[in-house]
Amino acid sequence: MLANAANNETCSTNIGNSSSRLCNQKMVKEEQELANRPDNTAFTQQRLPAWQPMLSAGIVIPGFVLIGLAFIGIGVALFVTSRSIQVLELDYTGLEQNSPCFKCTYPNVSNCVCDLDFSIDSLFKGTVFFYYGLSNYFQNFRKYGVSKDDVQLSGDLTNFKSPSDTCSPYVYDRNNQPIVPCGSIANSMFNDTFQLFQKINGTKTLVPFDGKGIAWWTDYNIKYRNPSVTPLKNAFNSTVKPIFWSKPAYELDTSDPANNGFINQNFLVWMRRAALPNFRKLYGRIDEGVYAQGLPAGSYSLAITYNYPVLSFGGRKKVVFSNVSWMGGKNEFLGIAYLVIGSLCVLMSIVMLIVYAKFKFPEED
Amino acid sequence: MARESEEPGMAKTSKVKRQRKKKPKENKTRTVHANLLYDNAKGEENPNRNYANNKIKTTKYTVLSFLPKNLFEQFHRFANVYFVFIALLNFVPVVNAFQPELALAPVVFILSVTAIKDLWEDYRRHRSDQEINHMDCLVYNRAERRYVERYWKEVRVGDFIRLRCNEILPADVLLLSSSDPDRLCHIETATLDGETNLKQRQVVRSFFDLDCDFDPLKYNGIIECEKPNNDLNRFRGYIIHRSGQRDALYKENLLLRGCTIRNTEEAVGIVIYAGHETKAMLNNNGPRYKRSKLERQMNVDVFWCVIILLVMCLFAAVGHGLWMFQYGDKRPVFDVLSPEGTDLSPIMSAIYLFLTMIIVFQVLIPISLFVSIEIVKICQVYFIHQDMDLYDEETDSHLQCRALNITEDLGQMQYIFSDKTGTLTENKMVFRRCTVAGVEYSHDANARRLAMYQEMDSEEEDCTSHGGTLPRRDSVTSHQSARVVLRSQSTKSHRRTGSRAEAKRASILSKHTAFSSPMEKDITPDPQLLDKVNECSSQMDFMRFHNQPMSQLPSDLADIIDFFIALTICNTVVVSSPNQPRQKVRMRFELKSPVKTIEDFIKRFTPSRLTSGSNSSSSSSLITNRSSNRGCSSLLSSPSAESTLTKLDEEQPPRGLEHSFGPVPPCYNGKAWNLEDGELRYEAESPDEAALVYAARAYKCSLVGRLPDQVTVELPHLGKLSFELLHTLGFDSTRKRMSVVVRHPLTDQITVYTKGADSAIMDLIKPPDTGSSKGKRQKKIVSRTQNYLNLYAADGLRTLCIAKKILSKEQYACWLQHHLQAETAIQGREELLFDSALRLETNLQLLGATGIEDRLQDGVPETIASLRKAGLQIWVLTGDKQETAVNIAYACKLLDPEEEILTLNADSQEACALLLEESLHYIQAKFLCSSTDQAAKAFHSNFAPFEIYPSSSPSSSSHTTPFTVLRLGLVIDGRTLAYALDKSLEDKFLAVARSCRSVLCCRSTPLQKSMVVKLVRNKLKVMTLAIGDGANDVSMIQVADVGVGISGQEGMQAVMASDFALPRFRYLQKLLLVHGHWCYSRLANMILYFFYKNAMFVALIFWYQFYCGFSGSAMIDQWYLIFFNLMFSAFPQLITGTLDKDVSAETLQQLPQLYVNGQNSEEYKPYMFWMNMIDAFYQSLVCFFIPYFAYADSDVDLFTWGTPITTLALLTILVHLGIETKTWTWMNWLSIAFSTALFFTVALCYNASCPTCYTPSNPYWTMQRLLQDPLFYLLCVITPVAALLPRYFYRACQGTLFPSPVQVGRQLDKLPTETRRNILSLSRVKAGSALSPKPPFLSLSKPSPKGCNKKDQRSFPSSETSQGPALQTDEQGQRSPLGPADSNKGPLDLYTIVPTEKDTLPYTKDTPKLPGEPRPPSTKDSECLGKTLEASDVSLSGWITSTPLLSQTGSVQLNLPPAQCVKYTRNSDQRLKSDHSVHPAQRTEQGAEQSLHTTL
Repeated sequence: MLANAANNETCSTNIGNSSSRLCNQKMVKEEQELANRPDNTAFTQQRLPAWQPMLSAGIVIPGFVLIGLAFIGIGVALFVTSRSIQVLELDYTGLEQNSPCFKCTYPNVSNCVCDLDFSIDSLFKGTVFFYYGLSNYFQNFRKYGVSKDDVQLSGDLTNFKSPSDTCSPYVYDRNNQPIVPCGSIANSMFNDTFQLFQKINGTKTLVPFDGKGIAWWTDYNIKYRNPSVTPLKNAFNSTVKPIFWSKPAYELDTSDPANNGFINQNFLVWMRRAALPNFRKLYGRIDEGVYAQGLPAGSYSLAITYNYPVLSFGGRKKVVFSNVSWMGGKNEFLGIAYLVIGSLCVLMSIVMLIVYAKFKFPEED
Repeated sequence: MARESEEPGMAKTSKVKRQRKKKPKENKTRTVHANLLYDNAKGEENPNRNYANNKIKTTKYTVLSFLPKNLFEQFHRFANVYFVFIALLNFVPVVNAFQPELALAPVVFILSVTAIKDLWEDYRRHRSDQEINHMDCLVYNRAERRYVERYWKEVRVGDFIRLRCNEILPADVLLLSSSDPDRLCHIETATLDGETNLKQRQVVRSFFDLDCDFDPLKYNGIIECEKPNNDLNRFRGYIIHRSGQRDALYKENLLLRGCTIRNTEEAVGIVIYAGHETKAMLNNNGPRYKRSKLERQMNVDVFWCVIILLVMCLFAAVGHGLWMFQYGDKRPVFDVLSPEGTDLSPIMSAIYLFLTMIIVFQVLIPISLFVSIEIVKICQVYFIHQDMDLYDEETDSHLQCRALNITEDLGQMQYIFSDKTGTLTENKMVFRRCTVAGVEYSHDANARRLAMYQEMDSEEEDCTSHGGTLPRRDSVTSHQSARVVLRSQSTKSHRRTGSRAEAKRASILSKHTAFSSPMEKDITPDPQLLDKVNECSSQMDFMRFHNQPMSQLPSDLADIIDFFIALTICNTVVVSSPNQPRQKVRMRFELKSPVKTIEDFIKRFTPSRLTSGSNSSSSSSLITNRSSNRGCSSLLSSPSAESTLTKLDEEQPPRGLEHSFGPVPPCYNGKAWNLEDGELRYEAESPDEAALVYAARAYKCSLVGRLPDQVTVELPHLGKLSFELLHTLGFDSTRKRMSVVVRHPLTDQITVYTKGADSAIMDLIKPPDTGSSKGKRQKKIVSRTQNYLNLYAADGLRTLCIAKKILSKEQYACWLQHHLQAETAIQGREELLFDSALRLETNLQLLGATGIEDRLQDGVPETIASLRKAGLQIWVLTGDKQETAVNIAYACKLLDPEEEILTLNADSQEACALLLEESLHYIQAKFLCSSTDQAAKAFHSNFAPFEIYPSSSPSSSSHTTPFTVLRLGLVIDGRTLAYALDKSLEDKFLAVARSCRSVLCCRSTPLQKSMVVKLVRNKLKVMTLAIGDGANDVSMIQVADVGVGISGQEGMQAVMASDFALPRFRYLQKLLLVHGHWCYSRLANMILYFFYKNAMFVALIFWYQFYCGFSGSAMIDQWYLIFFNLMFSAFPQLITGTLDKDVSAETLQQLPQLYVNGQNSEEYKPYMFWMNMIDAFYQSLVCFFIPYFAYADSDVDLFTWGTPITTLALLTILVHLGIETKTWTWMNWLSIAFSTALFFTVALCYNASCPTCYTPSNPYWTMQRLLQDPLFYLLCVITPVAALLPRYFYRACQGTLFPSPVQVGRQLDKLPTETRRNILSLSRVKAGSALSPKPPFLSLSKPSPKGCNKKDQRSFPSSETSQGPALQTDEQGQRSPLGPADSNKGPLDLYTIVPTEKDTLPYTKDTPKLPGEPRPPSTKDSECLGKTLEASDVSLSGWITSTPLLSQTGSVQLNLPPAQCVKYTRNSDQRLKSDHSVHPAQRTEQGAEQSLHTTL
């Protein structure tokens, strides 16, 4: 199109006696003939308007400073927030002789209960979350992670009879009875139980754990379902409980019949595999009655039913009390990271400024 | 009728016999019988049954075979096999990592994309096959006894088909009959070779003489011919008639499939080759596959990726083994036993894990890399196609990329090998001047006319344009004509030469005639010569009337008329008339009736006239046949050629022939002539021919008709004369000449007119008999002509010599006998014909010579200058003679007047070796000087030597050091080149050649061209580009890394062989500097990015292995893992890879130095891969450990932790791309936004779709929850910043403090246009030095500054010395032996070329004061110089003569453009002052004196 316009121009400027006629002729011809002419668009000619970020000192140095300052700001805020979070971690593996749970580490001890005494100096602001933690425990082991049957766990009775192969080798027991819930994850479910008592003047007051809603809402309501059989026990007919389990799935929580089967909160929490070998899992919240505002200062005793063996693979067990902020549990890392990166940015800008001043300015003069 | 009925039977018996005979010969020839005879018989009896039918099938697949065949082909690519292997590995339960079906997805996706593409292409081929197969043609049907319509696919070998005008040939057909009275058929071969001129094809000789229509039923010949082959220009065979007579078949008898019948109402032929066996189909090769340098480099790094992958897998496997081992017998609760319940030993698990890890880490080998590269290349090709700047409006053609996968090679070229004619020049041959019988006719008016075209041009161009054309300006102004006005309007619209604008107009008016722009046609005759022609012809007319023998004509006049007759008839030009396009003009005279009357001619010529022999002359035998009552039967049993010859032997001298030739009615009428003349149109095969015919026409000696057996010429006063054409010995590149044998109608002598390259002709001139006056005259003519030839060559004109020879009847008969034998031979026919031609073309009598100007193409000097600035070495390989080539080289700025020229001419191997040795010494000496010299002399900065760093892997140790290209030019001729290319010398030759700035190989054969390219490519390990336009460049184009064809006027062979086809040479600049640079930098960056991206992503999983017991577990969901490359991160990199421009096109063209970037592979060096890898590992560490620590000691679950990592990785990767993207268009923004959005959309949908699916990850509602988590956003901000900080910092530092040339270019882009232009114009010099970061390298170890300076003083002045136009005076010309044929050669053939600037020539030469030119040689001076030379420590004799080009005479300086003039004088002054010992001019003189042969 452009070229035609140009031709037009030429023609009009060059009007001679004979040339104008020729010119017209030529134009007509051209229009017909130039079938191969490329499109003259910004796209085809690669002339699209474009922004060219130029890494010149004038832009880079202020840019670095700005980013650095912003990061330092965020970092400070995060750090302060994280500082305000209180955490209390108590290891109860029982490896040490003086540990109250040492007695439970002997082999062939069953139904061992140990009391872990501790005290809180100041008010542990609520809501307090209570976690149990395992170290050196590889829930993220690949074959371990595969070993479950999601369909069975969603309450499909056909998979009660014949669980998926993925659960192997925890599909059938020696009598060829299907295991429900099958698979390694379910089989290895954490089965220590905890009871917290506040010791006031020698008397123990139970601090109740709220075990409801500790699992994901979607897990409890959608992903995991009990078969719609009442009573729940009947659904588990002709199946066996997982080998390591002491109680069948429908009797996990004797206190609350609604907290049994696959929608038992602790079961759900366990089934959500931890990302890293040192992890904690939520056991309950302390949000009832007087403890809704937090744990008052004082001494406490944690009664632990010590069932879960970890010593064979060098694992550790712990319990954690923690309150949370808007950004989750206590983690100073992120604040520090922001501060470090922010400072680095500022530092780099200074370095660049110095180098730039040293090398560039004389030259430009 | 009775005869007919017995025919089949006879044929059958003979067939049986022949078949039996033929069995063993089957593999050599093909026998074709007429199908008609077997119509009723069963299929098996048809002897043609084994030949391919005419149905073509170019498809690769059928419906059934598609899947297996396509898969099979795809699995030829190793990567595909690898990915399928990995996918299949997933089906093994022990090692599987992903859902097996899912793991198949990527490879299936990649395979199916390719399969769909293949399917579509195949379908299109199928459609076009169908279309072609169902075209109609007329095939003779025996039952109906007429031609019936058939589909093309039904045509079989042996069928008779009838072709009408403008029909396309369905198969290769032997022409048996034509409606044309001359038994000709014209075809247009545009679809085969792109040539639009008509070609003549002839009816097979035995069928030549049919009066009535050809009747297939009467045909009973058997054709024996070659097996199908793809040589379009060869067809050999013979036809055996029932009588046993054999007739040879030539390519002139064969009509090729795909050609179009023109000008011929009807033709009949028999199908020889059909379908896939036709020459056209056999020539139809698929697209070429080349692997680019970048791709080779990439493959190395892919290999490294494999190594890295294996190392990582091994590491993980060992780690896993150890991890398992630490638990010993105590199995932890989270360990899972094998399905059988047995325990796996740590070693076994490690082995299984190794395989699992290969699956998990497979992303490291970029599966989509190959597909992405293909897509990007297709887009790049699209953009190159679409570039307006590479589009030629006049020819309506744009650049074609014929090889799709080497676009990036264009950005890495180091050497350019160019053809000259048609590539650097227009290949528009314009008659410029001529010399006849030793008298020069300077054609001043014609020069002015040509200058006018140039003027049109230069008005348009910037004032700074090439000096080469400027001096002509002053001659233009006076000449004003109506044509000028017309022309000016057409040129202004686009900056083209007037000639091209004219050519366009001409081509619009008459589309088809090539070589006929007004510039080529309208030659202004030289008045002096015109007078002589008129005088001559009137005398001849007079003589004819008075029956005086023509020999009484004064010999100079006779020469003139012979000269023009030779120009007119010694060619293959066909005459046509534009009013009836493609209608041949028939010029028959009453008394000289067409072919049939040859019988009459024979009678008159009896006994046994000399008629047979030429391609038409077999008619003699036909005539004899005819007289033996054959009637119109085609069954000819003519006496063999031998019998004719026997008659010839006993022939008597002819007498009284005059009467027999139709004295043309002397009805010469100027007006009529003019009218007629205006209507004639010449269709020539080569532009030279056309130019000469048009030139002759300007002298009223015009070609009016050409038939196979006669040429009709119209002469002033004499009217139309018909020359009986006895033979045409066509042009070939070995002989470098063509000849016609005619019978002169006026003298009745058998005359050979030969036209050819001067070197070829001058050797064949009959040694003059010095005794007679005639001999003396001859000698004088020869020497003078030689002199003028040299002048012409110096002027850059193409020279052709015209000679003639008169044969006695006996001589002719003798020659004819041999020639006929040669013609009918099947084996070695070419060689025999060649020998036969050599026998004829001896003892010629020189008539004169012509100078044809081949004008430079538009913009060639600028293109060459800028390509050279871009660090490209340009070699010109041409078949032209040395002087012409050198002058064109000067004109196109390939050679610089300021540089020294090494000329290598040797005539023996030893001499060549010696010469090379000397050159090498000289160069080394000069090298030392120039490098020390550099610092001191800043004025050289303009032509600062280029630093060329050989590619990473130099061939030999001697080449490892960087070398400086000196300001030296090397000129070598074909013969010396042959020696230099010998194994023993090639290294030396290369050493010399590579240190020269430009190399010019003259008189090189096509084979030598390709050998040179191959040598440079293989020995120096450089990227080579060959550009050419003609068939002689094909081999060179094919050998080079990138072959470029110019789609010019010389047909399409070069284009067919090329990877890229350009309409004009100057487009090479943008193609290389802009598109090459872009393609290279885009692809290089994209590939590096690909490696980075995959490594970065995979490393995340690798780090995780340390936290999951090396179990092959991944925190990234398998979907993300598999589709990350394919979907989430795919689009932005494609967009960037396609559209990114590191520097704008304008800057790239204005600063060609930026091209060095690609030559040195600076965008993608091996270390960069590793830097990218390290960066990738660093970034992945950041992306892994920031979330790791952020979520440490929390209750985060696996995929709630893994999904943020995926997101962070994606963001980091995208921002990384952002850093590497130089230009952001809306498409870049869009693609990045799209990628991010796509990831989140897919993640959200995926995480919401199914609560129980996607084991093992089962990421239900993960993303949704993450989006509510502030921590997630905090991570998204800090991680990419932390990951990219080092890279960004590095880039920022580099960009600000130590910008690379490319970055400087980019910064220039940012400036406002005005400022930029100023800077560029100011810093054109400065930029060169500023941009080349490294100092000149000095490789020789003992620089002695003193000696250096001394040498320097010697060498530099010589390079700048001024020298008079140095046109050789008569004195010298006569003294110097004539041409290279002289026996007086020493071991070295010493040449001194004294090139003179083209511009100055018209003024010195056009004025005929040559003999008087003062000559300033002084032997004293030269002796003095000789001493100085000896004194210097370099043993440099005068063999290598530096030949500067500068005039010291004031007259020449005046002709130079003012600026240059001033500069030159100043420079030379400076030199003169600095140099006291040697006077510059003397040195060259001395060289001239010393040399044994002076060519100028």
